Amino acid sequence: MPLLGLLPRRAWAALLSQLVRPPCASRTGAVRCQSQGTRDLSPQHMVVREKILDLVISCFKRHGAKGMDTPAFELKEILTEKYGEDSGLMYDLKDQGGELLSLRYDLTVPFARYLAMNKVKKMKRYHVGKVWRRESPTIVQGRYREFCQCDFDIAGQFDPMIPDAECLKIMCEILSGLQLGDFLIKVNDRRIVDGMFAACGVPESKFRAICSSIDKLDKMAWKDVRHEMVAKKGLAPEVADRIGDYVQCHGGVSLVEQMFQDPRLSQNKQALEGLGDLKLLFEYLTLFGIAEKISFDLSLARGLDYYTGVIYEAVLLQTPTQAGEEPLNVGSVAAGGRYDGLVGMFDPKGHKVPCVGLSIGVERIFYIVEQRMKTKGEKVRTTETQVFVATPQKNFLQERLKLITELWDAGIKAEMLYKNNPKLLTQLHYCESTGIPLVVIIGEQELKEGVIKIRSVASREEVAIKRENLVAEIQKRLSES
Amino acid sequence: MAERAALEELVKLQGERVRGLKQQKASAELIEEEVGKLLKLKAQLGPDESKQKFVLKTPKGTRDYSPRQMAVREKVFDVIIRCFKRHGAEVIDTPVFELKETLMGKYGEDSKLIYDLKDQGGELLSLRYDLTVPFARYLAMNKLTNIKRYHIAKVYRRDNPAMTRGRYREFYQCDFDIAGNFDPMIPDAECLKIMCEILSSLQIGDFLVKVNDRRILDGMFAICGVSDSKFRTICSSVDKLDKVSWEEVKNEMVGEKGLAPEVADRIGDYVQQHGGVSLVEQLLQDPKLSQNKQALEGLGDLKLLFEYLTLFGIDDKISFDLSLARGLDYYTGVIYEAVLLQTPAQAGEEPLGVGSVAAGGRYDGLVGMFDPKGRKVPCVGLSIGVERIFSIVEQRLEALEEKVRTTETQVLVASAQKKLLEERLKLVSELWDAGIKAELLYKKNPKLLNQLQYCEEAGIPLVAIIGEQELKDGVIKLRSVTSREEVNVRREDLVEEIKRRTGQPLCIC
Repeated sequence: MPLLGLLPRRAWAALLSQLVRPPCASRTGAVRCQSQGTRDLSPQHMVVREKILDLVISCFKRHGAKGMDTPAFELKEILTEKYGEDSGLMYDLKDQGGELLSLRYDLTVPFARYLAMNKVKKMKRYHVGKVWRRESPTIVQGRYREFCQCDFDIAGQFDPMIPDAECLKIMCEILSGLQLGDFLIKVNDRRIVDGMFAACGVPESKFRAICSSIDKLDKMAWKDVRHEMVAKKGLAPEVADRIGDYVQCHGGVSLVEQMFQDPRLSQNKQALEGLGDLKLLFEYLTLFGIAEKISFDLSLARGLDYYTGVIYEAVLLQTPTQAGEEPLNVGSVAAGGRYDGLVGMFDPKGHKVPCVGLSIGVERIFYIVEQRMKTKGEKVRTTETQVFVATPQKNFLQERLKLITELWDAGIKAEMLYKNNPKLLTQLHYCESTGIPLVVIIGEQELKEGVIKIRSVASREEVAIKRENLVAEIQKRLSES
Repeated sequence: MAERAALEELVKLQGERVRGLKQQKASAELIEEEVGKLLKLKAQLGPDESKQKFVLKTPKGTRDYSPRQMAVREKVFDVIIRCFKRHGAEVIDTPVFELKETLMGKYGEDSKLIYDLKDQGGELLSLRYDLTVPFARYLAMNKLTNIKRYHIAKVYRRDNPAMTRGRYREFYQCDFDIAGNFDPMIPDAECLKIMCEILSSLQIGDFLVKVNDRRILDGMFAICGVSDSKFRTICSSVDKLDKVSWEEVKNEMVGEKGLAPEVADRIGDYVQQHGGVSLVEQLLQDPKLSQNKQALEGLGDLKLLFEYLTLFGIDDKISFDLSLARGLDYYTGVIYEAVLLQTPAQAGEEPLGVGSVAAGGRYDGLVGMFDPKGRKVPCVGLSIGVERIFSIVEQRLEALEEKVRTTETQVLVASAQKKLLEERLKLVSELWDAGIKAELLYKKNPKLLNQLQYCEEAGIPLVAIIGEQELKDGVIKLRSVTSREEVNVRREDLVEEIKRRTGQPLCIC
């Protein structure tokens, strides 16, 4: 058989198209089986996912958060106009004669609606759920139209910066726990950003537009960003240069101190407020033991409109690529900030409930972990079955059914083949391929002697156990392993 | 902005002027003139944009899950998932929407209840109506011929919601299915075993699983003289026998659906029967039914099923019920439905309506509808109706006055004096790093009483109290919230002591 690489180009293309085209398409022509930008999650995907979500949720619980959930869709009017430049990317439901609905775009606006609706003044909650965005999916980078978010938020009027610091502590705990490698959390403040723009001479009407240019500094070089601001967004070059002096700065609490002394910034009330809060934040982060993971970065300018104070974003520090490993450029893996005005937009009387929170970008994390597993050739078990019930003889179905019932009723995870008369080899092979560690074998001889044979799949050692001691023996072995 | 404020000010002044004139009982013409000026000013102001026009609510038929409801939900899912895993199931997930064409033609009359997405220039999409059709699509798309999987997710139906009775438009389903060509009735029996295990473990009271077979139903209709075209509609009438009396059902069949009365009577002879395996034996001998090939197939399979159910130890929970005729089109063999047996209402307790809490059956033709070559993959499965179970469990906990904790916090880090925030932050960080679930109040100088009260309300069992004196002595006061006993623990021993008291393993592995 010729090596694939040596196949004629046409044959190779035909082979590839067969692999890529889903079966439904060949029957219905160009129609696809699955909607664009979404995917099923196979058992292998789910196992990885569950482990990661477990870690994230136990961190949230460790910090005393309560769980909550909201519907997949909201009244369209509640979602409209909360998302700034992104609102064109919402999925609407068809008008079928009832209320106009849209699929939720994130978990934060539903949270604000929940607080206003239930007149809740204080809440520390986590919410793990799917959200939907009609953006152009770049599947290569793990970006889908349906994806999972893990949010943690603290709502309520409290003494300054303590909840904000806890959010950063949580982000660090999760990212460390996931063992994805070194990471960094960039921190800034909306008031510092706005104050800096004002001090540099950016006209107020251009604030948001310049903001989104600055936001690209993690992907584009300064000169390209500067060009965009001047040439495309009509910013005066001197103003752009002044901005450049600031946004290329990043550092620890010493940079905060330095900015306090800055002649331009120290004249701006907003910026001073932001700097003051960041100083306090760094004090708390030091007490939390995470100050070295935090970088005050003046180029951080996150997209969503509703942030009012501190903002933060965690990025993985790229390890030098090892042989065969693709450099993973997935952007940030977690982000968040303070948003004191959102709940007030929903409350009929405009009552504000200050909020601060974070969102873990689990889809990107799934992608990274899956890529690593692929590179290392790691396989995971997709079931948790502990014992397989087998027989070498024919006409032993009844005995297997009785035996497996005993195991299930004792809480043991057990399986058997759905065949009246399976071959022993087939049954053992099944255990090996699914990773089941133990087999219990019953046959005519065992039945006569009142025993069951327990076999370790890995070592192939077999031992006969009295029927009445079987459950205890299995439980003992399972707890030892 | 300034213009508007000025205008508003003018409106206010003019309004006061009009009120003043009315009070002074000035002439009608003068008042009318000033009111006219007021109205003109108001018109310039335009509509009041700051007043929100929407109502704060979740969409009709949907609800938020509060922390308390989440705690109940978590408990229930725990039991269910543990059972599915015990039986060796893998887990999958599918997107919330499918291509509209995937769902079309699969749900019969219920298709009008599907939520469509708006045509926004891409593909036409609909929200999934159940988890079974997506499963069949998944099997066909991935060319799988056997899998044992569970799937827990929300589905969407534009039904008439009855939220007090646990009927929503968005609700959870917990599905377990076995796909593949196997020796008959073994997987079917396991599905019933799973249903029984779950319903027993949930401790929601006595239950019964009704079992029937599509082929027996169709065979029975045929020998009673129901014309082929009326099969499905007569089926849905018979399906109502768990809620209404036989007379009413007969009236509907004869009066509304044009069935001949004799035919209805013949059906009546069968559908009012239910029993154990002896009923199966009896019907195998039935002169009419035994002439029908379909019915015989169904009866034969049920006989085998009962053998296996006996070996599984659950035959006492199963009832062969000829009135069971489930709605969905795609069942091809055995069908089953679990109902809670109503307990006599106890003092103060609402009697719970009878309704099914789980159901399922065999559907051998569904995957073939998605496969380009029409290749069949036989499937059998079950679905647990968890929303009803959530409300039952919630009510039960309320009746028992059992407090449901909404957090799992083990320790509150408190301070007895002012200016100890730094120490609290350091200590809580130590506890978190050791894997202990801990909280602190977000106040620089909280009162001790408030901190203790917080623990009582949230059900937090321990408090680690930092005090000036204790700091000097290198100890922390550890207090049990329930017993109020306090003991001084050396700072370096605190983590271990807390773990010991909360039954946690000493290392975070």
